[in-house]
Amino acid sequence: MNEENIDAVEGVSNWEEKVGLAKMLVGGVIMDVPNAEQARIAEEAGAVAVMALERVPSDIRKDGGIARMAPVSKIREIQQCVSIPVMAKSRIGHFMEAEILEALSADFIDESEVLTPADEAAHIDKTPFKAPFVCGARNLGEALRRISEGAALIRTKGEAGTGDIIHAVRHMKLINSEIEELSGTGEWGLWSYADKHNAPKDLIRQVAAEGRLPVPNFAAGGIATPADAAMMMRLGAEAVFVGSGIFKASPDPQKQASVARAIVRAVTHFDDPAELVNICQNVDVAMRGEDMADTPEEQLLQSRGW
Amino acid sequence: MVSFESSRELKDGGEPVIGVLALQGSFPLHLASLRRCGIRGRRVRKPGDLAGIRGLIIPGGESTTMENLARRCGLFEALREAAGAGLPIFGTCAGAILMGRGAERPDRLELVDVEVRRNAYGRQVDSFSADLFLAPFDRPFHSVFIRAPIIENPGTRLDCEVLGKHGENPVLLRSGRMLLATFHPELTDDLRVHRLFLRICGIEEGNAPAEALEETSNRQLRKNSY
Repeated sequence: MNEENIDAVEGVSNWEEKVGLAKMLVGGVIMDVPNAEQARIAEEAGAVAVMALERVPSDIRKDGGIARMAPVSKIREIQQCVSIPVMAKSRIGHFMEAEILEALSADFIDESEVLTPADEAAHIDKTPFKAPFVCGARNLGEALRRISEGAALIRTKGEAGTGDIIHAVRHMKLINSEIEELSGTGEWGLWSYADKHNAPKDLIRQVAAEGRLPVPNFAAGGIATPADAAMMMRLGAEAVFVGSGIFKASPDPQKQASVARAIVRAVTHFDDPAELVNICQNVDVAMRGEDMADTPEEQLLQSRGW
Repeated sequence: MVSFESSRELKDGGEPVIGVLALQGSFPLHLASLRRCGIRGRRVRKPGDLAGIRGLIIPGGESTTMENLARRCGLFEALREAAGAGLPIFGTCAGAILMGRGAERPDRLELVDVEVRRNAYGRQVDSFSADLFLAPFDRPFHSVFIRAPIIENPGTRLDCEVLGKHGENPVLLRSGRMLLATFHPELTDDLRVHRLFLRICGIEEGNAPAEALEETSNRQLRKNSY
């Protein structure tokens, strides 16, 4: 069993390089940054990449309105001030935003439910792009639909901007238990599974054989503390996206930096509780957050996309 | 051809262990490559993890992140000391950046006196792969370059041996017990570069069965956590 193989998903351009970059981000923290100053804080704290966006998700939740791709000038500014990969978000289905981001040399494009969807019928066809895409997923079927469209990286959707980890935990556990279930299923079972979950059969078969997704799976949505990040790693996430959890933890840039540094270290030392004590001892702030366990489905960002 | 000296005597006949710096990056892939070579790998996250290893791999990933984490857990100085004491080290991409010299961030270990420029080909859209002829091998090596660095050509210096080039740029370079690759052999099934490093470490062939070499992996943890 060659879990380390890069299996080309048919027809996706530059598959090796796309999944290759995703694999280089493993064990790292990708931080949401709305401006150059916060990008610098993120890089100095040890972020493996930054996500350029107009507003962090908790502000998008609060302000409402239409959330779009970040302004080009802002993305440029962030690209100029850091040397780590710069990702950026496009709206679901908004292939023009994606083409602009690719032309801007964004290192990864996040087709994200955090922004307002632009197409109610179709996600972006990601196969012809040279830039890699990351997409959110709540379950295995959704993850495989995104991969068949050309996504080179999957992340849990969680519930962005809330500081509440419950949805990310649910999505990660569900995907992993579905993979486990699939591993013990015979050929007929795979076919009915593919039908039931509306997932491509070739990818279902591949997951059953390898016992894992064909691309890395990261955690995102509601991660606010070093312990949250370590928990997601323990649940099988290969890296972590943190949005509002850092820059909404405190208005003080020094405290923001201390949270960012601690989350970076927690992702590395996630299986060492004694080290986690050291890591957490200088962190005395966390974003206030919002309890999302009982929020109705239609008010959740994660129900965007399918 | 390259000559390989045994870097260390096998102590007490024990099974050789190769460390992989496991702070961030492609360390799971390097551990898998070692496993397929029949060699036991060890995750290195603290200075104490360096004890008794026969060689160390610094993986691909983000060099600024690795430098940052290595400093905070005391590994940065420990790695320099270990290299000074003769530990063979193999760096891929970010690993090669950390092993070389450079004016820009991050701070380097400076184990090899060559300049390694970060992101020298450009951004991710400039990442590429190529089948390259590398001096130690008789068949081309499928080399994947991800936001790759460029090693400045060391010219005719005797302490550096360029083992492969892409255009004019060295992509595989040996200096004593140090081996630098600007591409990612760990992304492919091809174990030849790893075996080259194992020979630098004085290890001819691993014979432990692959199952016995499985370390705690994300997948196992995932299973254990249910």
